[in-house]
Amino acid sequence: MAQTQMLFAGFGGQGILFSGKFLAYDGLISDKQVSWLPSYGPEMRGGTASCSVVFSDETIGSPIVSEPDILVAMNLPSLDKYEDAVVPGGLIFVDSSLVERKVRRTDVTTYYVPATRLAAEQDMPTLANMILVGKLIRETGVISTDNIDKIIEKVVSARHEALKEQNKKAIAIGLHYE
Amino acid sequence: MGKIVFQKPKALTDNPFHYCPGCTHGIIHRLVAEAIDELGIEGKTIGVASVGCSVFAYNYFNCDMVQAAHGRAPAVATGVKRSNPDNIVFTYQGDGDLASIGTAETVHSAARNENITIIFVNNAIYGMTGGQMAPTSLPGQVTQTSPYGRDVNTVGYPVRICEMLSELEGASYLERVAVNNVKNVKLAKKAIKKAFQNQIEKKGFSLVEVVSTCPTNWGMTPEKSMEWLEQNMLPYYPLGVFKDKYAQEEAK
Amino acid sequence: MAEKVLMKGNEAIAEAAIQAGCRFYFGYPITPQTEIAAYMAKRMPKIGGTFLQAESEVAAINMCIGVASTGKRVMTSSSSPGVSLKAEGISYMAGCDLPALIVNVQRGGPGLGGIQPSQSDYFQATKGGGHGDYRLFVVAPASVQEMVSLTAHAFNVAEKYRVPAMLLADGTLGQMMEPVVIDDITVEEHDKSWALTGTKGERAHNIINSLSMLPEELEQWNIDRYQRYAQIEKNEPMWEEYMMEDAEICVVAFGIASRVSRNAIRAAREKGIRVGMIRPITLWPFPKEMLLASSEKVKAYITVELNMGQMVEDVELATRCRRPVLSANRAGGCIPSPEQVLAQIEAANRLGGEQ
Repeated sequence: MAQTQMLFAGFGGQGILFSGKFLAYDGLISDKQVSWLPSYGPEMRGGTASCSVVFSDETIGSPIVSEPDILVAMNLPSLDKYEDAVVPGGLIFVDSSLVERKVRRTDVTTYYVPATRLAAEQDMPTLANMILVGKLIRETGVISTDNIDKIIEKVVSARHEALKEQNKKAIAIGLHYE
Repeated sequence: MGKIVFQKPKALTDNPFHYCPGCTHGIIHRLVAEAIDELGIEGKTIGVASVGCSVFAYNYFNCDMVQAAHGRAPAVATGVKRSNPDNIVFTYQGDGDLASIGTAETVHSAARNENITIIFVNNAIYGMTGGQMAPTSLPGQVTQTSPYGRDVNTVGYPVRICEMLSELEGASYLERVAVNNVKNVKLAKKAIKKAFQNQIEKKGFSLVEVVSTCPTNWGMTPEKSMEWLEQNMLPYYPLGVFKDKYAQEEAK
Repeated sequence: MAEKVLMKGNEAIAEAAIQAGCRFYFGYPITPQTEIAAYMAKRMPKIGGTFLQAESEVAAINMCIGVASTGKRVMTSSSSPGVSLKAEGISYMAGCDLPALIVNVQRGGPGLGGIQPSQSDYFQATKGGGHGDYRLFVVAPASVQEMVSLTAHAFNVAEKYRVPAMLLADGTLGQMMEPVVIDDITVEEHDKSWALTGTKGERAHNIINSLSMLPEELEQWNIDRYQRYAQIEKNEPMWEEYMMEDAEICVVAFGIASRVSRNAIRAAREKGIRVGMIRPITLWPFPKEMLLASSEKVKAYITVELNMGQMVEDVELATRCRRPVLSANRAGGCIPSPEQVLAQIEAANRLGGEQ
């Protein structure tokens, strides 16, 4: 059974839940089984936030990702907390502008993207998360690049038309980041 | 053939009241039924009985009735009225029900200006359970649970519902009446009818507080109870209109 | 056919209720189910329905009693501490034979507990919670799609038998999003001649009441009600079997715990352990007959629960203690991991081998 378990983690306010939601919508568009599960409660505002996304070819069991195939860590506490949980051979994406240390595991593939700095340079400080999503798409092919625009249409409300282009731009930065 | 000078209102059933001799619930039931008759609304009225001596009100009123949990009648009435806005919905509650365990429901239905009618019978004691201290028992009043008299230093002061609710923007009509003499009974009837009329005219939350007696649990004759009411209750619970939003607006 | 959308479980419950003809919702904010109230607040005014944020959980359930008395579909939702507050009203609903839907998106307890997912209101939902002899029809969805179908089903069953129904979910199911299609909702029509509508001068007055001062009369009301409960027990149990054909070990789990269990069962099957699952979809009526029948082949049962093992006794009773019943559980807002469940499956397998 083909199944991909992804975990996004960082501070509240970094758009952790949104990153996960973006990928979850690909499941909807592509007719894959998908589940999206946020952490919830007061920690959403400034504390740690995380979000589990599971893609599968068949009925999804637990929506709780405890052993991710893919981890996106947007701050140090998240990397500290989840690094050891990643399955051997898994992938870890790190926002290297906020996480100073390197990943200690040697049995995983690691990608360092200074997403927060890149986003700030482009004057879109709230979209570091989507730069990481772009990088994740590039390295994993977990979703088709053809679907990006369609997903943006679904997850960014019509009230925020300008944000749609910004999100696309941020994803593109990630997609092209070497 | 003689003229009928007295008969039972249609809105009352033939069931005999279970109330104690001298109890004023009988008078108040009758006033409510007369108001319903005169307004011709029996067929569309839904009553909400509460918990207390008047718990069996559903056996006495001829309209559709629901029996609510203790203190919750205004919430139940809210649900009924929201569901059936064309029906006339009233609650009939005592002081323990309305002013103690159901204070939140009372205050918030008033704050929302729910278009319902509340008949609030205040006799300063828990009757059904055998004479315990009520939220409206007077300072010094001896009851089963205030055997040395209500001590305001330890249990606080009685709650004046009409005065309290009059501070709420939402409440439309608040009047306190009594049924201790013919004149006051007539005024009570007028107030109760107005509280129903208000609902028909969609004027919102209307509450009539009826200062009444409990000879059994006060330990007095009915006659003595009336005297006690006049001498003790009325000074603390003055009669009158505490709020009449529409009258005030018309006056402006 | 309706479009497939990505929806949170809480929102799916709310939309399903609306599609099932519910036009009245009363609630009070509490995590992790507030999305239901927020959704209703948005939708109800646009479809001529009523959303009202009550002053308390107690008021909310009593407002539901008011609407239910008029024969219309009504719903409230809360999470564990709030459902305790509603217990009084739920008992009155049962005593007044009023249909309504109560949703409990559970969180850890007792007391204020926590806000993380839990199933520790199993006893409250299935054994009482309020006072008196009564039952709730209790459904336990395990997916967002099932939150839709069971919400609609619960309304129908509640009206058919004139009982309050409870949808028992948890914080995970309430918060998670899955693709869902909201269709296939059937609104059954049941007799409502008991409803309060005003007599219009055309009939005797209807009385909705749970009070009787005559013990024999009150007893008879209870007996009559239990006859309806017997019908529910006969007609309405729902469950799902997973890999039970050759199972020697049987996991019994509902809701989110059943999903964690699926992962563990798959892993155990890869190790050659013949394990399956019976997932109760109705918690009351509990799928007793199915469990009893399974005990012919099954050597041991494992309940997987987000509580201290509240369902163990029901499995023991249903299977008449013929087989050992273990538990893989976590409490307080923690969720059993697939690894924990797998370890218990392996333990049960060894136990089974010794017999």
